[in-house]
Amino acid sequence: MMLDFSVVPPYAGVLLNGLLWTLLITALATTIATVCGILFALILLYAPLVLRWPVRFICFLIMGTPLLLQLFLVYYGLSQVGVNLPAFWTGVAALGLHYAVYNAQIMRTAILGVDPGQTEASRALGFGRLATLRHFILPQALLVATPQLGNNTLILLKDTALLSVIGITELVLSSQLSISRTFRPFEFYLTIAALYYVINLGMEWVLRRLARRLEAIK
Amino acid sequence: MTTQTQPMVLLKGIRKHFGSHEVLKGIDLTVERGKIVSIIGPSGSGKSTLLRSINMLEPPNAGEIWLNGELVNQPLTGRAYETHINAVRQKMGKVFQQFNLFPHLTALQNLTIGPIKLKGVSPAEAKVQAMELLAKVGLADKADAYPARLSGGQKQRVAIARALAMRPQVMLFDEATSALDPELVDEVNLVMKQLAAEQMTMLIVTHEMNFAAEVSDWVLFMEDGLVVEQGPPEQVLKNPVMARTQSFLRKHLAS
Amino acid sequence: MDFELILRITPFMAEAAWMTVQLFAVTLILGLIVASVLTWAGFSRSALLRGFARVYISIMRGTPLLVQLFVLYFGGPQLGLSLDAFTAGCICFGLNIGAYISVGMRGAILAVSPGQTEAARALGFGRAQTMRFFILPQAAPLILRSVGVNAVILLKSTALVSAIGVVELTAAGQRFANATYQPFEALGVAAVFYLALTYLVTGGVALLERRFGVEEGKPS
Repeated sequence: MMLDFSVVPPYAGVLLNGLLWTLLITALATTIATVCGILFALILLYAPLVLRWPVRFICFLIMGTPLLLQLFLVYYGLSQVGVNLPAFWTGVAALGLHYAVYNAQIMRTAILGVDPGQTEASRALGFGRLATLRHFILPQALLVATPQLGNNTLILLKDTALLSVIGITELVLSSQLSISRTFRPFEFYLTIAALYYVINLGMEWVLRRLARRLEAIK
Repeated sequence: MTTQTQPMVLLKGIRKHFGSHEVLKGIDLTVERGKIVSIIGPSGSGKSTLLRSINMLEPPNAGEIWLNGELVNQPLTGRAYETHINAVRQKMGKVFQQFNLFPHLTALQNLTIGPIKLKGVSPAEAKVQAMELLAKVGLADKADAYPARLSGGQKQRVAIARALAMRPQVMLFDEATSALDPELVDEVNLVMKQLAAEQMTMLIVTHEMNFAAEVSDWVLFMEDGLVVEQGPPEQVLKNPVMARTQSFLRKHLAS
Repeated sequence: MDFELILRITPFMAEAAWMTVQLFAVTLILGLIVASVLTWAGFSRSALLRGFARVYISIMRGTPLLVQLFVLYFGGPQLGLSLDAFTAGCICFGLNIGAYISVGMRGAILAVSPGQTEAARALGFGRAQTMRFFILPQAAPLILRSVGVNAVILLKSTALVSAIGVVELTAAGQRFANATYQPFEALGVAAVFYLALTYLVTGGVALLERRFGVEEGKPS
């Protein structure tokens, strides 16, 4: 059978719509992953045990099971207990939380890696514990962790594809809708693979530039 | 000024131990306003620990620390302790061997963050004052440089200016030139001499005997957590009485 | 919590877990072969081979695994390549994880001091011999570590074949969830199986690392 990519352009609008959703999901989930990741890292490092253990347990669960299973669990499970969130927000939250756990590990290492002399200098100036964390330790940890956090965003971008299984019309589901009318899976899947690849390359390029600029400060 | 007759720094029977290892075995010291005291001694003698305990980076286990008539190590706990200790530390400038500049801030920002965040100085005013201090240590042109772009000597000069930006009553120098390449030592010493000329009260932990002799009003020789000998530099450094001081100086001047 | 349901589905879930293990094992072996070939190509003298390895790795890491799986399984028949779901899953994941493992291998090899190559070459060893006798043994601990990390990722990635109809753990959990309307129990059992498998893989890697004397210091 011959490949015929001319079947794709008529569905450009559908795919573009899916692409925008994919980008939106990536942005929202990354925000959740970063904020919660920092929060989790701080809890794992400094919070009392009553807070530390639940977070540790969440990390254990999330790191030990597939994202897909987590998506199903949140999507089906929440409605079992009577919480009915729109699939979109369920998916975004689950994706964000999943990467928050991985980001927390990165941030934890980065915070521990900040030179103890920084705390000394800050405390000697008269800054309190919290102010020291906020003005000196966290910014420097973020500086070090940014390339790795960015790397996780690249992986997250690709995992947004999984949200198609809970009915969110991102890029994959959009292409499946097109395929159901044209019966040309190869052309469409290859097209969206190319789209993912281009976005991925673009983000990689931005990350590299960012890393180089940060390197100048370190 | 009600405290004109108070000594600037007064230490009474300072003791510090780490586990069963006693690092400071009861140190007494009086530093009058505008005086410069150098603390010398072999490594492990406790001189750095003494300096660290004065601003409570290493709270002593016993004894009293007084700063300008105010008890530094008050028996407080929790938030009250934190508030008190942060306030007291603002009055003492500390300069570290490893500089400890904040790498994510420019030289100028290293100077301004303290006054802005801790003393409520307006950013504009903090900047003007910081520029004056940078000019004073000869680094006005490096205001916007990040620490990574500065030489060791430049870093230490910025670190001194950072401490001065808080308008401290006393400056504590912990081997300020030990981490520097020999050719960079002089530029830092020059800044310290300038401060001395301006009557800044200073406590200097150092192993540079010539520098100590030149700037100090008083020299303390410490060994094994105790003050072995103290007095004016002409006495302690040139004509020491104690045998241990003599042997330390012999070794140190020989090397 | 419906314990009766949990007990009833557990035997079926164990069967599904066995499917996950098979997928994982076949894929890991395939992935190691792919990774070795890619790493070899990446250090080859031929610019063509090096370029191929680079582009291949970049594409595999730059596109979603799920889309790769769909291209092969749903798109393959258009090119006359009809695979059953299990085979498609193994091939696709093997080709994919191979790229990731290869990056780890390359990094481990590059981490060996260049002085080692110089010393070996100065003694008269050839390129291949240098790699085999001096570089690889020193890179082995790091390679093992990166294989271990990727093995855990792979184990969890196998869940994606549920999307093409292979009844492994995730698919089984999902089916029971739909059939019983009790997703917490059904998916929870699947999660416990995954946690156990992850633990086994992590433990196995740790055992291997100890067995082969992987320590912080350099092997002598």
